[in-house]
Amino acid sequence: MLTPVPAISIQGVGKTFNPDSDGRIVALDGIDLDVDAQEFVSLIGPSGCGKSTLLRLIADLVTPTAGIVEVFGKPAHQARLDRDYGMVFQSAGLFSWRKVARNIELPLELMGWSKADREARSAEMLELVQLPEFGNHYPWQLSGGMQQRVAIARALSFKPRLLLMDEPFGALDEMTREHMQNELLELVAEVGTTVVFVTHSVSEATFLSDRVVVLSPRPGRIQEIIDVPLGDHRTEETREDEAYFKCATEVREALRRVGASS
Amino acid sequence: MVAAAQGRETAARRRVQTALAVAAALALFSVLWEVYKVVGGTIDDRWSDVLPVRPDDLTMPHVWEIAGSFIDPVQRGSSEILAVSLLKAAGFTLIEAGLGFLIGTIVGLGLAVVMLRSSWLDRALVPWINISQTVPLIALAPIVVTWGRTTFLGDTVSVALIAAYLTFFPVAVNGLAGLKSPAPEALELMRSYAAGWSKTLFALRLPAARPYLFPAFKLAATLSVVGAIVGEISAGIRGGLGRVILDYAGRYTTGPEKLYAAVIAAALLGLFVFGMANLAEARVLRGEKQES
Repeated sequence: MLTPVPAISIQGVGKTFNPDSDGRIVALDGIDLDVDAQEFVSLIGPSGCGKSTLLRLIADLVTPTAGIVEVFGKPAHQARLDRDYGMVFQSAGLFSWRKVARNIELPLELMGWSKADREARSAEMLELVQLPEFGNHYPWQLSGGMQQRVAIARALSFKPRLLLMDEPFGALDEMTREHMQNELLELVAEVGTTVVFVTHSVSEATFLSDRVVVLSPRPGRIQEIIDVPLGDHRTEETREDEAYFKCATEVREALRRVGASS
Repeated sequence: MVAAAQGRETAARRRVQTALAVAAALALFSVLWEVYKVVGGTIDDRWSDVLPVRPDDLTMPHVWEIAGSFIDPVQRGSSEILAVSLLKAAGFTLIEAGLGFLIGTIVGLGLAVVMLRSSWLDRALVPWINISQTVPLIALAPIVVTWGRTTFLGDTVSVALIAAYLTFFPVAVNGLAGLKSPAPEALELMRSYAAGWSKTLFALRLPAARPYLFPAFKLAATLSVVGAIVGEISAGIRGGLGRVILDYAGRYTTGPEKLYAAVIAAALLGLFVFGMANLAEARVLRGEKQES
């Protein structure tokens, strides 16, 4: 009897910062969530609802004060040690002293890959994010969108089964942002990874996700989970689709119910 | 490519302009020096007491006398000119200063890493490190030289240690700030790769600290020359610029321009090590940052 292990399993998770002091903050409370393999799940909610904290709990960058977080059937801590996920932040966070290719190779270096293997992989990743001729540039020579593509290439360089993204396109302009969303979907389809994506943009969450998780303001709880049945092949046209608008409206209304102004 | 060529051209032009500006400043200073002497000299004695510096040739030798002294023999009948003798002395002092710089850098960086690692040591060491710089070097130098003479260390290492006493400070302070400079997200990124403390140190913190370290290196380089000269003077060590300055100060009345020449040599040595640190910075950080 083999039941498929979910990519992520979160049971009864809570997180309280500074539990023993006057400044105690209950960031998350009673979170239950399963994410299937190759699923794209967005976390959305008002500022301070703990969506970034939830992502960091999955990443084992923050430890829960209650409940269990499992990634690929093992404790989140072990999954981090096993390098089971790649992470992308709002700021690309490329190391300014490394050229683009060497930024992509950073995790491979830390994992002890040989130089030849690293170079082959970074070239492959640059190809994948459509920046093949930029390996020898320094980060400052790239636009914000290009830097973020490099950050994604870095996160995927060791082919993790899970990609964790914390408002990765939050600092980009609208045009670049939509373009990056299209590219991300193609990329994810190609490498077949599971994605958990934190955003505060309704359109972004709707366009990208199989499911949108709406969190309530502090203490963050899961208010609603909205299915987005727009299929696996989403394009520019999807954004003008009736079904897309319907889902976006659903997400927006759920957000309104939890009292978010956006 | 065109932009790069243009960038090189403007950089070259800027260098020429800087050199011209420096030469012009030197020329202007020389002219002011001589004008002060002429104007001050025409005023009678009572007035000259009012001037902060007497304009006579003993107190203020002519610019050309100072410049000319570089090619005069060191002593009457000597075949060696002063410039060569000063160059040798500067070379001697440079070795002590370089060694002091090296020791200071290692100690400073070591302290920065230790203070980063342990908040307890951070709290314990910071007051001592600050106090260390309030102790006058002149008082400390004879003690250190005595250590050197009573052990295997010797005078050169003693003077280097005195120089290191000055140089470790900016390296430790800026180094610690630099090691702490990475954004929280960069540290989270390293954690997400399961990179431990030392891997994070070498892959992230140390490279991120370099823009903080180079200004400290520049300061430390010039301080190492100051430290070496003060060390030589207070220990009475032969061979370096410190001793030369001491000698010419003692024989000031017979050749004031020589002391000026020695001071200029010391300044040039400081400028030289500063330039080396600058060059190292430009080479190491080349291309990493947008030129502004």
